[in-house]
Amino acid sequence: MASELTRMTAAGLSAALASKEVSATEVTQAHLDRIAAVDGRVHAFLHVAADSALEQAATVDEKRRNGEPLSPLAGVPVAVKDVFTTTGLPTTCGSRILEGWHPPYDATIVRRLKQAGAVILGKTNMDEFAMGSSTENSAYGTSRNPWDLDRIPGGSSGGSSAAVAAYEAPLAIGTDTGGSIRQPAAVCGVVGTKPTYGGSSRYGVVAFASSLDTPGPFGRTVLDAALLHEAMSGHDPMDSTSIDAPVPPVVAAAREADVSGMRIGVVTELSGEGYQSGVLSRFAEAVELLESLGAKVTEVSCPHFKYALPAYYLIAPSECSSNLARFDAMRYGLRAGDDGTRDAEEVMALTREQGFGAEVKRRIILGAYALSSGYYDAYYGKAQQVRTLIIRDFDAAFGQVDVLVSPSTPTTAFPVGERADDPMAMYLADLCTIPSDLAGNAAISVPCGLAPEDGLPVGLQVMAPALADDRLYRVAAAAEAAFTQRWGHPLLAEAKGL
Amino acid sequence: MSITRDEVAHLARLSRIALSDAELDHLAPQLDQIITAVAQVQEVAAEGIPPTSHATGLTNVFRDDEPAPCLTPAEALSQAPAVEQQRFKVPRILGED
Amino acid sequence: MTTETLVPFAEAMERYEPVIGLETHVELGTRTKMFCGCTTTFGAEPNSQVCPVCLGLPGSLPVVNRMAIEYTIRIGLALNCEIASWCRFARKNYFYPDMPKNFQISQYDEPLCTDGYLDVEVNGRTIKVGIERVHLEEDTGKSLHVGGATGRIHGAEYSLVDYNRAGIPLVEIVTKPVPGTGADAPVVARAYVTELRDLIRSLSVSDVRMEEGSLRCDVNTSLAPRGSAVWGTRTETKNVNSLRSVERAVEFEIERQAAVLDAGGRVKQETRHFHENNGTTTAGRSKEEAQDYRYFPEPDLVPVAPPIEWVAQIKAALPEAPSARRARLRAEWNLSEADMTALSNASALDLVMETVAEGASPSDARKWWLGELARRANEAGIELSALAITPAQVARVAELVEAGSLNDKLARQVIDAVLAGEGDPDEIVEARGLAVVSDEGELTKAVDEAIAANPDVVARIRVGKTQAVGVLVGAVMKATRGKADAARVREMIMERLT
Repeated sequence: MASELTRMTAAGLSAALASKEVSATEVTQAHLDRIAAVDGRVHAFLHVAADSALEQAATVDEKRRNGEPLSPLAGVPVAVKDVFTTTGLPTTCGSRILEGWHPPYDATIVRRLKQAGAVILGKTNMDEFAMGSSTENSAYGTSRNPWDLDRIPGGSSGGSSAAVAAYEAPLAIGTDTGGSIRQPAAVCGVVGTKPTYGGSSRYGVVAFASSLDTPGPFGRTVLDAALLHEAMSGHDPMDSTSIDAPVPPVVAAAREADVSGMRIGVVTELSGEGYQSGVLSRFAEAVELLESLGAKVTEVSCPHFKYALPAYYLIAPSECSSNLARFDAMRYGLRAGDDGTRDAEEVMALTREQGFGAEVKRRIILGAYALSSGYYDAYYGKAQQVRTLIIRDFDAAFGQVDVLVSPSTPTTAFPVGERADDPMAMYLADLCTIPSDLAGNAAISVPCGLAPEDGLPVGLQVMAPALADDRLYRVAAAAEAAFTQRWGHPLLAEAKGL
Repeated sequence: MSITRDEVAHLARLSRIALSDAELDHLAPQLDQIITAVAQVQEVAAEGIPPTSHATGLTNVFRDDEPAPCLTPAEALSQAPAVEQQRFKVPRILGED
Repeated sequence: MTTETLVPFAEAMERYEPVIGLETHVELGTRTKMFCGCTTTFGAEPNSQVCPVCLGLPGSLPVVNRMAIEYTIRIGLALNCEIASWCRFARKNYFYPDMPKNFQISQYDEPLCTDGYLDVEVNGRTIKVGIERVHLEEDTGKSLHVGGATGRIHGAEYSLVDYNRAGIPLVEIVTKPVPGTGADAPVVARAYVTELRDLIRSLSVSDVRMEEGSLRCDVNTSLAPRGSAVWGTRTETKNVNSLRSVERAVEFEIERQAAVLDAGGRVKQETRHFHENNGTTTAGRSKEEAQDYRYFPEPDLVPVAPPIEWVAQIKAALPEAPSARRARLRAEWNLSEADMTALSNASALDLVMETVAEGASPSDARKWWLGELARRANEAGIELSALAITPAQVARVAELVEAGSLNDKLARQVIDAVLAGEGDPDEIVEARGLAVVSDEGELTKAVDEAIAANPDVVARIRVGKTQAVGVLVGAVMKATRGKADAARVREMIMERLT
């Protein structure tokens, strides 16, 4: 049955496709039907690419008929955050300023997914230019959390996370700059990974904060996320910050799922005031669970983590104020006010005024401030020093333990509108995730239960040193297996929003 | 106060964003609050700590001086708001002279 | 027409002392652009050499062209600079329609080369022009301004932008301030640019043609009262598009600034625009706010740390600097300073050197190139090097004259024939039968005939009016169609008649 196809994992679909129990066309159609049925309420997608998806599926089916060798993801549907450039499909980055923009080139990751035969279902909603933690900053409306449609799905990759949680796609890709994969994954009850910075190509990823942006996978299971992680990662000569090293063995680690003997550190500073009690209690249970599986748990202090948020909100806006300067109405995108009475500068300023939302404007101005002469040393320069100290905290910690753990985000999904015009409150959603972005190491969020007070998902964050992404999957998979056994069913089965 | 409304207006101009007065009224206090909060980084004792601008530690990433396929003029101009003589047509620029 | 008051140059120099500085941009002749694989051919169709990277499309990323680094190191070493062991690119942020990203990837406080010098010879003295820095950046696109009177920005209705040039590697060479040039300041400025151009040309890293824009110059000038310990305020003059303009720009600024200072005013620190048609400078558009470029390290690129071995290799392969070569040849050929200058001015140095290498004596080589050939080149309105004759051919002609096979007159005929495309000197001598008649028998016959035919001339010679011999020589030359060795003919006549 079609609805069964949408309930399957990517791994399951891959196997069913390989054994020809089902065709790529059937799988794709089932997901397109699901999108048609629910996306009116979830609004995960900005653009559904029905025609091209079915074409891609048909091509995969033909190749399979001809006995051509196909990669594991051939015929498996994937949703793509609208921050990745895609030929043939629009790329808006959730902004008016790119409304209708059709890039002439594919992001490297998109190209690799296409080459692997994955079927691209469409482009998902996001906070404008990846700035936000709720998808409320999208110029095209907020996506909704499938657990409770009056709540946010997290951000900035809220659309991708919601799509996976709503069974509209088994896999999705997003980007994580301050937590924009892990936080939405946590509040939607799915798995999301921020790979090692430089482990996945940024070529074709519209830049928000260049030294922090990291493309990564979403899945409903740890193994699914691992499969996508492996397919999308690896060195890219078009990206100078791309690491020339083999992708860590994430799939193997996800399958082994064995934490016995692993040293796990609980970060002291990622707890306390501002953390919802249900989040803390579920997290504590997750830690106990890992201990019961044979891990050695200790507390580790990372004293400079409390400066991570302010450092991030200096570095990221600084880089984005420069990255977003190119949106000036001259070569592509929105052009406003060009009626012959205005000069180029005026048209630029009017276009950017109309084309950018409030959060983007805030961060551009903040960035311009932090970089301006006279302020550079005290703000941007200082933040970069804090970054060094945070890296040293991680290095010291990883000298004692193999992975660090914390809640993924201090609260469960908050209601739509609650923090929309309170930037500082919104920023707090990234408290736990930001340190890994600053340091460039790998981190994952895996569901660890529902908060008793609201019945909403809580995420366990696991952090590993750069290039040790496999450790994430080892721990997350072990936790997932143990939890699923305890719960008797996958967590998502309890989602009542749809 | 960390940042005044005038400073915000100046930065908006520098960033080529034509903020309306209403927006300025709304954003300036928010920015003041944010800047006060991020100024926390100045509490950190960091003498002698080198800044990190790249987490990867990579150096010397180069490409060879070999031509690679480029866009056709049609592709390059396909998304332009206005085109003339195979060039991007832009409103008049107030120049240096 | 200028409305500026000016103090005549000589007068200004009585009361004031200038300090000059120069900023030169050199477009490198790499095959591809600085950060992408687009070709760099001059004069291509608009927007036919662009890609997502040099167009600055959202999501695009730069990758450094290794050859551009090598060329820049070559320039730095030739200018006696220190090559940085570690340096970075930085973003220079400002908005302008010819800048696709509205920031330029350049270098700020960490240039690739620093602290060098270039010796410049002017009026018998050597001035050591200090080089502050040599760094790499990317060029901008080019705009056509439409609708105004002269195709310039003023009064234009709109502009048309071509990004072919955007992203071409540009090397910026900044001198330290150069005091102590006195009235020679304009000439020193010009001589520096000339020497720099010749030096860079010898490195084969750029065409360095000012008329094509591959060498661009900004000139800084300041004046202070004679004997003042403090330097004056400097102005920067742009749009200086020829060597002559460099000299005129400095001259004009000195005259203008002297008038300002004479009147008790203060020179405004500003950017000025040089006008080719009348040699004046005018103030640039005054800006309300000074430019704050908000430099920060380029996050999309990683640091450049040229290995010592690589730098040593580049240094070992450096060709002889023009100044060193001039000194060496001067000594080898035993020429005066004036002779050497004449060669340089005529751009004949290479040609003479090659001719000598082919076997001619330095004086013969000089004689032909600076004499007959220079005359022919001037007549045709072309460069010496554009003449249709090679150093080897010139050397052969000189050799034939030296051996007595040709006299000067015949040699000129041979040269004419080579220029006309009739072939090599030997072929021409053969084909036209231009060899000097040195057969004694033939000569004797011609001499006797001339004597017999001019009795009155003979009579005059016999009474001591030996200058009349010339008439008989002329007759013999005519009879032999110029192919006799005139000196031998004279000898023979004198033998018979005295």
